[in-house]
Order: sequence, then structure tokens, then C-alpha cells
Amino acid sequence: MRHHLILRVITKLLVGPIMLFALYVQFHGDYSPGGGFQAGVIMAVAFIIYGVVFSLDHVQRVLPPWLAHKLSALGVLIYAGTGVYSLLTGYAYLDYAALSPDHPVHGQHYGILLVELGVGVTVTGVMVTIYYAFTSRTPIMSDEAW
Amino acid sequence: MRSLFAVVMLSGVFSLLSALLFVTLDAVDVAFTEAAVGAGISTVLILGTLALTSRYERPSKRSNTIPLLVTFVTGAALFYGTLDMPNLGDPNAPAQTHVAPGYLLQSPHEIDVPNVVTAVLASYRGYDTLGETAVVFTAAVGVLLLLSGLSRRRRRKPKGDT
Repeated sequence: MRHHLILRVITKLLVGPIMLFALYVQFHGDYSPGGGFQAGVIMAVAFIIYGVVFSLDHVQRVLPPWLAHKLSALGVLIYAGTGVYSLLTGYAYLDYAALSPDHPVHGQHYGILLVELGVGVTVTGVMVTIYYAFTSRTPIMSDEAW
Repeated sequence: MRSLFAVVMLSGVFSLLSALLFVTLDAVDVAFTEAAVGAGISTVLILGTLALTSRYERPSKRSNTIPLLVTFVTGAALFYGTLDMPNLGDPNAPAQTHVAPGYLLQSPHEIDVPNVVTAVLASYRGYDTLGETAVVFTAAVGVLLLLSGLSRRRRRKPKGDT
């Protein structure tokens, strides 16, 4: 998309706010609509739009495929690790009271934050991984081909 | 309509419209997901698939009567199903009377998170969400095994034979 000047400029302007919005949806999910899954998708969209408008090489310089693969596994580990931590401290699996034994309600807040972070990281990694897997198989088509 | 590009765009528009439908039903979290995944990422992925395959549908040689009949019968069955559905916002609907009142009453004391959807998703139904995360991860593993560059790299080594 070399000659699409408007698309390129707008994308450069938008990628930052999209990522910021993803972080807002992620960490404000306790108070407003949204949560880990939505935030992960929006974060992935920031990378995908960059890849669509610029090129796969550009976006893979920012987020290499191996990192996206590791991220998708890391999120599941964060989630399951929270449960293992509560097991080790003598609570039931995924009982967030373990994170703050003196104040179980605070423990719930920490637990939800951690777990949603795990979901967000996994979803970002997975969406970007799938996008890479699909688009890295073909040469980029010329605009006229559509 | 043989142009698959137009079909993809129409399905994206449909996704966006159903996101509006979810907003009407006060399911803002679902609407959010539908707009981001249905209209955004799936459209991009299907476009990527179109680039891999063909951009025009091959005309079918069989007659269209049986598919048309199946569509009409299924549609009629779905319409028949809506006759029993409770009205929009009915307080006596099964969805409002089962576990929902319990969650709404208890979560301010037990979890103290204003967004009850998050409380249910991450705390009351934490196991389910862990399972969903594992499913999403499995999807990536499946796509990687089927489409990744790992096998391609091996194939590329002996240059010349494809």
C-alpha cells in the first residue's frame, strides 16, 4: 500500500491511541464494559492494522513471531499460575482470597486483575499468531488485484 | 453474487449490526467483542484466506431447490421457536430468575467490583474462563501446526523442487 498516503498517515496516528484504549479496557474492566478478551483483541488489532497498511516485515520487526507464540503461552501460565499460587497457600484452586488473606475482597480485586491480564496476553498473542500464520503464506497482493 | 470480496464485506457489516443488537439487549461486553472480533479480525483473516485461494465463487452445477427448501424450513423453525420466548426485559424470564439475582445481590459484598460481568467471568466462573483461555491457546497451536512457517522452512531447503 505504498501510495495510500492518507491510510498510512492515519494509521500512524491511530496505532498509539488503539493500544492505549486496549490498556484502558484491560485495566478498567472492573468498572466499565470490557475485560481481558476484548482488550487482547484490541491490542492485536493495533498490530494487525499496522501489518495491513505497512507490511508484514514492518510489524514483525516490532512483534516477532516467536514473541507472539511465547505471549500466547505466557497468558495461560499467568492464569493457571494464579490458581497454583492459591493452592500452595492453602486455599482452593483460583480462590483469590489467597492473594490477600487479611482482606479477602482485596484479594478478589488482585485476582481478577491478574487473571484478566493472563486472558489479555493470551488473546493478543493468539490473534497476532493467527494473523501471521495466514498472511505470511502469500506474497502481498497488489492493490489492483482486488 | 459471485464476488467473495463483497460477501466478506457484507458479513463484516452484518457483524457490526449484530453488535448494535447486543447493545440494545444491554450486553455491552458482548457487543464489544462482536465488533472487535466479528467485524474486525475475522474480516481481515477471511481477506487473508481470499488472497490465498480464489476471489470468485465457482458457479454450482446442481440445482438450488433443496438448499432453498432447507433454508426456509430452518428459518421457519427458528421463527416458531421465538414464539415461546419471553418479551424483551421481562423480569420473570428464566434468565433473570435463576442465578442472576444471586450474583447481583452477592457480588457487591463478596467481590466489590462494579462490573458484575467481570465478577462473574473472572471470579464466580473462573474455571470456565481458564478453560476458554486454554481453548483460545489451543486454536493458535492448531493454526500454527497447520499453517505455520515451520514446515515451510523445511520444504524450502531443497531449492527447485516444489
